[in-house]
Amino acid sequence: MDTNFLLQAIIYLTAAVICVPIAKKLGLSSILGYLLAGIVIGPYLLGFIGQEGQDIMHFAEFGVVMMLFLIGLELEPNKFWKIRKFILGMGSAQIIGTTLILFLGCLFIMDWKWETALAIALALALSSTAIVLQTLKEKGLSNTSVGRSSFAVLLFQDIAVIPILAFLPLLSTVNIETTNNAPQSLITGFSSWLQTLIVIGSISTIYFVGRFLFVPLLHIIAKTRLQELFTASALLLVVGVSYAMQLVGLSPALGAFMAGVVLANSEFRHELEGDIAPFKGLLLGLFFLGVGASINFQLIIENPLFIFVFGAILTLVKFGVLFVISRFNKKNTDQNLLFAFGLSQAGEFGFVIMSFCMQLNIVPNMLANQIMAVIAMSMVVTPFLLLINERLIYPNTRTKEKGTEIKKDNDFIDEDNPVIIAGFGHFGSTVGRLLRANKVKATILDYDSDRIDVLRKLEFKVYYGDATRLELLKAAGCENAKLFIAALDNPTVNLQVIETLKKHFPNLKILTRARNRNDAYELIDHKVQHIYRETLYSAVNMGVDALVELGHRKYTATRQGQQFIKYDEITTRKLAEKRHDKMAYMITIKEEIELQEQLLKSDIYSQVAATNHSWDSEHLKKNLSESSD
Amino acid sequence: MSKNKILILFSHPLFEKSQANKALVENIPDSENITFHDLYEEYPDFDIDVKREQTLLSQHNIIIWHHPMYWYSCPPLMKQWIDMVLEHNWAYGKKGTELQNKIIFQVITTGGDKENYCETGSDRYTVLELLEPFNQTAKVCNMMYLRPFVIHGTHNMTKEDYQKNGLVYGYFLDYLENNDLESDKILQYHYLNEWFATILT
Repeated sequence: MDTNFLLQAIIYLTAAVICVPIAKKLGLSSILGYLLAGIVIGPYLLGFIGQEGQDIMHFAEFGVVMMLFLIGLELEPNKFWKIRKFILGMGSAQIIGTTLILFLGCLFIMDWKWETALAIALALALSSTAIVLQTLKEKGLSNTSVGRSSFAVLLFQDIAVIPILAFLPLLSTVNIETTNNAPQSLITGFSSWLQTLIVIGSISTIYFVGRFLFVPLLHIIAKTRLQELFTASALLLVVGVSYAMQLVGLSPALGAFMAGVVLANSEFRHELEGDIAPFKGLLLGLFFLGVGASINFQLIIENPLFIFVFGAILTLVKFGVLFVISRFNKKNTDQNLLFAFGLSQAGEFGFVIMSFCMQLNIVPNMLANQIMAVIAMSMVVTPFLLLINERLIYPNTRTKEKGTEIKKDNDFIDEDNPVIIAGFGHFGSTVGRLLRANKVKATILDYDSDRIDVLRKLEFKVYYGDATRLELLKAAGCENAKLFIAALDNPTVNLQVIETLKKHFPNLKILTRARNRNDAYELIDHKVQHIYRETLYSAVNMGVDALVELGHRKYTATRQGQQFIKYDEITTRKLAEKRHDKMAYMITIKEEIELQEQLLKSDIYSQVAATNHSWDSEHLKKNLSESSD
Repeated sequence: MSKNKILILFSHPLFEKSQANKALVENIPDSENITFHDLYEEYPDFDIDVKREQTLLSQHNIIIWHHPMYWYSCPPLMKQWIDMVLEHNWAYGKKGTELQNKIIFQVITTGGDKENYCETGSDRYTVLELLEPFNQTAKVCNMMYLRPFVIHGTHNMTKEDYQKNGLVYGYFLDYLENNDLESDKILQYHYLNEWFATILT
């Protein structure tokens, strides 16, 4: 392997490992840490990396691609339907408002060609999905009303990129042939209407390939039960879609987003999420590093006034439009501020659109580079603006969002289900059916794709996945669930799941299946409170019926069964403690068997007889005869 | 005086749908001297832990049977509780002195109006007459059976009515915890709450 590559990797990783914890320690977001790390190692400060910041970003843009794939996966059609008003209303208002103001401003003040001004205005109207969503997640605001509004606007922007990119070629009426330095896509030579057609065609191709080729493929792969093969195919999907999109000159992020939406309803959703998430995190970090490193300080120094003034005006315009929209939606002042500051930057789509514009020769190269510097600057500024808002402005507005308020208007994005059931075999499915009959929603994890097919036809919400994997447990919503039901067939795997849960979600309540007494001992060792031995209850029921068949009264036999279960549960816990000392175990098992015998005997002759005192007149008769003596 | 120790034995098979009882239970004061014991929650399979119940009884000196009126009597689990827990030679009988001199009474919710509970009304008997079996049960155990605390007409109450009753119940329990009761005064009234209304004013 090229040692140069390793050296590069060391530089990036070191920068990240040093800067991000410092940023976190100072109470800043990790994004800022990455950005600063990028600036520090970039060509204008330490110069560890040269001009390749842009190249890095091209590579690291893949993090954004993956993030959009994940967002697409999250976007089930019904969820989408519930927030449609917000997406359409706030989203369109934001884009149209911002674009219009920027367009008119540029047209009149800067005296650019209208095509140029429009392209730039469109590019700058979009915000940074990466920065905003990451920030919201870090601050734990994803599920507040600000979080949802931000998500709605970002989503509309993500969707708007499709028509924008399709529309840009129409702006380019001039000499495409002269743009030799721009990267060629397969369709650059075609006339603009054909290009538009191809774009639309390729998007519908993604839909059909995803639904009718990739999902069946995943089924086959799932049957091999090879984890890494699944990861490989998930990566293959994202990379493949990105490549296809690039071939037709479209943003890979868009393609990935589309692919995500297509797969959102498939049973592999959570598994795919778990597989892609770590790559996304790492690449996003790299992306932010790239943004930092690619800020062209040379350009800024050459024309600082333009960059700074333009950047400031851009931020101000975006802030203003967002603030007005938020106000219009009847939010509190602090929510308005947070929303408006959060989305006030230009985003990574801006880079994409700008490079596309360079290809199409809509925007001159020099200007496009300056605009990119402005975009990068505005991205760097956002975390600082949020910090100012948080530390200085927020304490003065004081209408803090209360917990109850969050709960109240939560219902339009549906939350993770309160119950997660791992293993939907005969055991788990019985639990699941009882819950469903009582209108309790459960997320189900299972590893048998044939079974999943059947259950999905019955409209169960079942996901394919290995429940021992932390990523999958996270994706399934273990952080927010109230209850985890571990009902896997294999006791060893079941135990592994519980170990993982205990370690990473200590507050999650676990109900677990145990196959027999020995499984129960293991589980007791792991301090599991609620253990359900499958051999206990049905066996006792059978025993009770056997007693009835032999002529015992049903109620008395049933009470014997109830008592028996109680004693047996107590005995099991006692034995679990003692069995580690083998000698003690041998003794106690003998003792306990004797004890159990005794208990059972006393059940019949004293215990139950005593508790059924009032129905048994023997005592009273005896008492009467004593007193009459 | 030392504070009274109150044990509320609550029986309701469909508590989650009872607005009246929700308001009452919510207003039970948070005190170390008051134990709220929800029988249907503790023994959903009617398998009552007799020893545990007897221990609880021993630890308190005022016992409340808190339940709705079902078919002129109590819910089945409470009858089960009486059958199981009040053992011969523990609660009654020659050697059964464990409950002696403890105070016991009922807190009852009923949909019917008070006017109907009389000889000429549709229910033909007064609430006191209908509760005679419980009175007699307490007598057998040598307990002091007080007049019941009765909330009538829960079927047509407003939210405010429920809340008002709940508040009164809360005050009442608080009074009970901190005061000795003069039973001869109470006996002048039909219901405990009627007597308590005179204290409140």
